[in-house]
Amino acid sequence: MGLFYHIGKYFVLLSRVFSKPEKLKIYYRETIKEIDKLGLNSIGIVAIISVFMGAVITIQTAYNTENPIYPKYLIGLTARDTLLLEFSSTIVALILAGKIGSNIASEIGTMRVTEQIDALEIMGVNSASYLILPKIIGSVIFAPFLTLMSMIIGIFGGWLAGISTGVMTTQDYIYGIQYAFIPYYIVYAVIKIAIFAFLITTISAYHGYYSYGGSLEVGKSSTKAVVNSSIFILLFNVILTQLLLS
Amino acid sequence: MIEVKNVSKSFNGIPVLKDINVLFEKGKTNLIIGQSGSGKTVLLKSIVGLHDIEIGQIIFDGVVFNELDFKKKKEMRKQIGMLFQGGALFDSATVEENVMYPLDMFTEKSHEEKRERVNECLTRVNIVNANKLFPAEISGGMQKRVAIARAIALNPKYLFCDEPNSGLDPQTAILIDNLIKEITEEYNMTTIVNTHDMNSVMEIGDKVMFIYKGEKWWEGTRDGIFDSENKELNEFIFASKLSQKIRDLKNLH
Repeated sequence: MGLFYHIGKYFVLLSRVFSKPEKLKIYYRETIKEIDKLGLNSIGIVAIISVFMGAVITIQTAYNTENPIYPKYLIGLTARDTLLLEFSSTIVALILAGKIGSNIASEIGTMRVTEQIDALEIMGVNSASYLILPKIIGSVIFAPFLTLMSMIIGIFGGWLAGISTGVMTTQDYIYGIQYAFIPYYIVYAVIKIAIFAFLITTISAYHGYYSYGGSLEVGKSSTKAVVNSSIFILLFNVILTQLLLS
Repeated sequence: MIEVKNVSKSFNGIPVLKDINVLFEKGKTNLIIGQSGSGKTVLLKSIVGLHDIEIGQIIFDGVVFNELDFKKKKEMRKQIGMLFQGGALFDSATVEENVMYPLDMFTEKSHEEKRERVNECLTRVNIVNANKLFPAEISGGMQKRVAIARAIALNPKYLFCDEPNSGLDPQTAILIDNLIKEITEEYNMTTIVNTHDMNSVMEIGDKVMFIYKGEKWWEGTRDGIFDSENKELNEFIFASKLSQKIRDLKNLH
């Protein structure tokens, strides 16, 4: 029963979020702010993680393909496909759930418990739309760029690890990342990250928006936001993979 | 004028407001007093529509506010200003941005005109040279005054204040009280103030309603409050040793 209650409440909140904005100019301004806060500020963490993801995939693939029957370009190919199909979308989304999910839930939750949301409502502002819609638009627009960036940096990280450990040559790696390339994998990753970004933002906003009490409850909401966003990312990962790749 | 008719409200089956009937007059500072947990804030939030009431009507100058649809309620709220207990200023915005917010959202004025109005409101509440400061950088009393400035930015017809002087020293509390009274008279607003501070009652209480365990227990003027023979009201107003001494001295004379 609890699950259905929350799902129902979540969709009621979404219906308020997607109602007509009071003033487009202000929503545009807020969206730009959110792109900066949620997107640009995540570039650093995504870049660091991507370098190490690429490096680890390369080293692990090299370790598992030591037998001479496997061509060396397989390392580059594996690094490319793993990053494009899974890591640069799903792992990046899980990282974003931790970073921006907790940020959104605690920001909106604090506004709730300090009556700032009530103040917006009293002024006649649709607080759900004003606070959440720019975050959704900002993250859904920017997350695909983070994924594309993660792919490039991850492949670079793989090359760096490969040549520095001597498990392959640059030529082998470049041949591998170009071999049997399917451009649709990029489209698949972009679709996935856009949906994950929507889930992270709305689930976290839901937990923040319905916070009550004090700082302890805001902390709990923030934790719930990260946990539930992560669960739904993994669930939708399976669904989207089946829908888009089968 | 705001009329509260037969209003009842409960949370999880526990009644919090029981059949409240009261009339709040225009141009006057109407006070709701009572102990903590008596239902004052629930009543105030029910009047402004932050809580949905189960039974009864909230009538704003002939318009049944609680029966309006979401869109009409939103429109009506543009005529309402509210001062929250903690100020409820937007943390991430400066003093100027906070006061400018309703103007940005609901007017088509130029930036200069909005700025002029912001300065007018801030000057009215005696805030100077603080436009670029953030709420965390100003005192509690200043935060309350900025919140009042934000509440009056759109020239509202109704002003609601939830414990406006909680957490303030007595002198600042009196300043805030007087400011609310002056603004009420200046803008000819219907003002409702929630308080448990007897100093506020004596300073600004044009009309006073005492709420006890969710029920209206007494209603009258600040002059009549000390002559009341209502037991619960007397226990409330003479709770402190100081007020008991004043009562004893008054009785001696």
